[in-house]
Amino acid sequence: MRKFLSVLLAGVLLFPLCVAGADTLLVNGAGATFPYPIYSKWFDEYHKKFPNIEINYQSIGSGGGIRQLLAGTVDFGATDAPMTDEQLGQAKTKILHFPTVLGADVPTYNIPGVAGELNFTPEALAGIFLGKITKWNDPAITGANRGVNLPAADIVVIHRSEGSGTTYIWTDYLSKVSEEWKTRVGKGASPNWPVGLGGKGNEGVSGLVKQTPNSIGYVELIYAVQNNLSYGRVRNSSGTFVKADLASVTAAAAGAANSMPDDFRVSITDPPGKSAYPIASFTWLLIPSDIPDAKKREVLVGFLRWMLTEGQKHAAPLAYAPLAKEVVEKEMKALAQIR
Amino acid sequence: MSFRRRWRKSVNAVMLSVTGISALVAVSVLFFILGYLVWHGARALNWDFFTKLPKPVGETGGGMANAIVGSAKLLLLASLVGVPVGLLGGVYLAEFGGRTVSFAVRYATDLLNGVPSIVIGIFAYTMIVLRTRHFSTIAGGLALGVMMIPIAVRSTEEFLRGVPHELREGAMALGASKWKTIATVVAPAAYRGILTAVLLALARVAGETAPLLFTAFSNRFWSPGWNQPTASLPVMIFTYAIAPYEDWHQQAWAAGLVLLGLVLATNLIARAVLSRGVSMQRS
Amino acid sequence: MAMERAGSGRGPRSRSLVRRLRSGDEIAHLVTFLFAGSILLIVGLLLNELWVNSALARHKFGWSFFFTRVWDPVFEQFGALPFIFGTLVTSALALLIAIPVGLGAAIFLAELAPPRISDALAFLLDLLAAVPSVIYGLIGIFTVVPLLREYVEPFLKATLGFLPLFQGPVYGVGFLAAGVVLAVMIVPFIISVSREVLLAVPREQREAALALGATRWEATWKAVVPFARAGIFGSIFLALARALGETMAVTMVIGNAPQIAASLFAPGYSIAAVIANEFTEATGDLYLHALIELGLVLFLLTFVLNGLARLLILLTARRGGAHA
Repeated sequence: MRKFLSVLLAGVLLFPLCVAGADTLLVNGAGATFPYPIYSKWFDEYHKKFPNIEINYQSIGSGGGIRQLLAGTVDFGATDAPMTDEQLGQAKTKILHFPTVLGADVPTYNIPGVAGELNFTPEALAGIFLGKITKWNDPAITGANRGVNLPAADIVVIHRSEGSGTTYIWTDYLSKVSEEWKTRVGKGASPNWPVGLGGKGNEGVSGLVKQTPNSIGYVELIYAVQNNLSYGRVRNSSGTFVKADLASVTAAAAGAANSMPDDFRVSITDPPGKSAYPIASFTWLLIPSDIPDAKKREVLVGFLRWMLTEGQKHAAPLAYAPLAKEVVEKEMKALAQIR
Repeated sequence: MSFRRRWRKSVNAVMLSVTGISALVAVSVLFFILGYLVWHGARALNWDFFTKLPKPVGETGGGMANAIVGSAKLLLLASLVGVPVGLLGGVYLAEFGGRTVSFAVRYATDLLNGVPSIVIGIFAYTMIVLRTRHFSTIAGGLALGVMMIPIAVRSTEEFLRGVPHELREGAMALGASKWKTIATVVAPAAYRGILTAVLLALARVAGETAPLLFTAFSNRFWSPGWNQPTASLPVMIFTYAIAPYEDWHQQAWAAGLVLLGLVLATNLIARAVLSRGVSMQRS
Repeated sequence: MAMERAGSGRGPRSRSLVRRLRSGDEIAHLVTFLFAGSILLIVGLLLNELWVNSALARHKFGWSFFFTRVWDPVFEQFGALPFIFGTLVTSALALLIAIPVGLGAAIFLAELAPPRISDALAFLLDLLAAVPSVIYGLIGIFTVVPLLREYVEPFLKATLGFLPLFQGPVYGVGFLAAGVVLAVMIVPFIISVSREVLLAVPREQREAALALGATRWEATWKAVVPFARAGIFGSIFLALARALGETMAVTMVIGNAPQIAASLFAPGYSIAAVIANEFTEATGDLYLHALIELGLVLFLLTFVLNGLARLLILLTARRGGAHA
């Protein structure tokens, strides 16, 4: 009996090792939820292409991606808020930013009875998220939306509950367009919100907006598209109301494509250009420049190369804008820095 | 006088029925939860749920096979930690312990029992994840194992103490040493009780989510070996429930149904084991 | 006596250690002692980890950590007040709902229901206590929150809206939602402990009251319940300790906004929830240490409450034993 039990125990303990197979390589990453739909698509496709490679990506937020990469508990990170110099200084090895795609933060709302697209001025967005505009029929909102019958309901503001690159992009934009926002709240991955309730991840914010009448939140475009949430146009620096889509996001990055800094850390919110969507951003994979495990290094470099070429064609169906040719070329060169 | 009497009688009737209603309400919550989970979960339960891996975000279909296996692995590890410490610690308290040490151990056990699960998660993160630089099944399993210890210790002690003295004395009189008596007479007599305790402890930690969030983490694929992040049922329910995708909600309900089914079944089995055992006075 | 033997491995007698160990009893004693001791070790390590890994925050903020209401990771200002407030408010709300129901049900089970029915119901309640908290959260999100938002909160606003407690926009998620879900979760604990305590009250207590012409309710309420008072308080403290530390269900319905609001409809945050949400992504060390200090606070709070609860339950048990 006892013998049987110990054999059974040993068998159970060893079982997972056998199932996994000797040559399966698991690489762990964590970070931004903003690009999670495209990343999970990529890692899935890549796994289909190379069945022995599994890249496990957990969307815990950009802040989490940076933190866990610095703590050394994951092999790579992902963020839509470029790491600060201070954070880079904490790293034991140099950390490289690799832009993967472009995405957009969209103001998404759930107002019963209002089906169309709303127009948002920068002042209205800042006012709502500062807690100064509290009703949907406030003149600051109705002024840009003639003919839409907005209710006198309280606005339910929904933001992220954790450190988030989506939030960083959002607050980066608001800081550029609102002096009050800049001084009172500032830009950051997890600012001290003046108002509203928090959802975990882009998933959580979309979920809350979908569930809560008269709410407004901000999510990456694909989350609004996949979940049939309404999202509005935002007035850009040239005064036109622009809807987030492939063209307007690509237009926003047009300037940055030619003047990309060597470390790829660049902000493209509130850009010039008549057709540019004002709240767009690159999103980055964070890769340590020194990866001692040769196999993991090979997997990551191989994946990056695939992602920059073949992988880019998966971007558009998921409403992300692919990278410009110049940026891809520059990144290909940067791959050599990974040792 | 008679008015007062009538008044007292009606107060009596009203209050007695209020207590009855309270009991009814409390119990009906269980049936509500069960019914609700079956109603929502059963529709999403299919063969794929048990055999497939999760799909990429936004695509429908797929299952939670890796999370089911992950939970099983976590529980196995938890038992490897919780059961020996729990049982032998319980034996110490019931059979060997001196006053001071026993008091300290009992106190520590009670303390551990009260520690919120999220704090156990922090503990496992700083102790194991930060040091091994890996989110892993081991870290999650140990966190759950620590949570099993107090339940196992206290019930083992209780059931060992419940074994009648005559049994012990009989064995001792035949010349058996103390540990032989414990191993061959006392422990077998309390065996069902102890098994019940272990099962209840397992059932309790099976549904724990908070300690796994930053220890076992999660994994979209199978988790090879023991030193890699792994998916687990409770964490999957959490992630899927707060997300906006309709299909994920369906799967969260299904996972909830499976988890609750397992927990309740374990509870029922535990009680069946106990009630079929020798009649024992509980202390 | 036994203490001495536990230490027998050391000291002048260690020469005979090997022989003494052979006897088996000593080995068994030593082995079980080691395992029991490991529990002490685990608790010690746990406290140590929490203490050491919160050092930065403790030094930087000192006691003001508990009185500051700003939680601002961007400027690295951390105050725990909103979380402490949220934890206390939701727990208090939960108790407010759970105590009457729990106590009523316990009285019914212990005093009125026939033993077989009482046992059957108690068994079902034990099952209810075993339901994992993430499942409460699941039902909370998809059932309790919409119900509150559509019906309960508008109703409260319309009828009791003159009180600051029931003003402001209706979100669904918030203090009230968390309180309600917590209440459901702790009711089984109150019932099962209170029932045991009530059952332990000596028969003479109620028989004497009944003999004096008291109605059934009067006998229960004026003779039995006061007798078991300490134990009932104990059960409430146990439930409170559980409510304070509850993580998943609260995280899913409280709204995750670190603010102090008078309205129960407003979203809030609890200590456990903020740890669950922000722990993996605390970018700076100070941030992480602030979160771990919150964990320490939670640990100490539940520690004190558990101690009180056990003391009270013990007191009642003694009292019952003395009379029996």
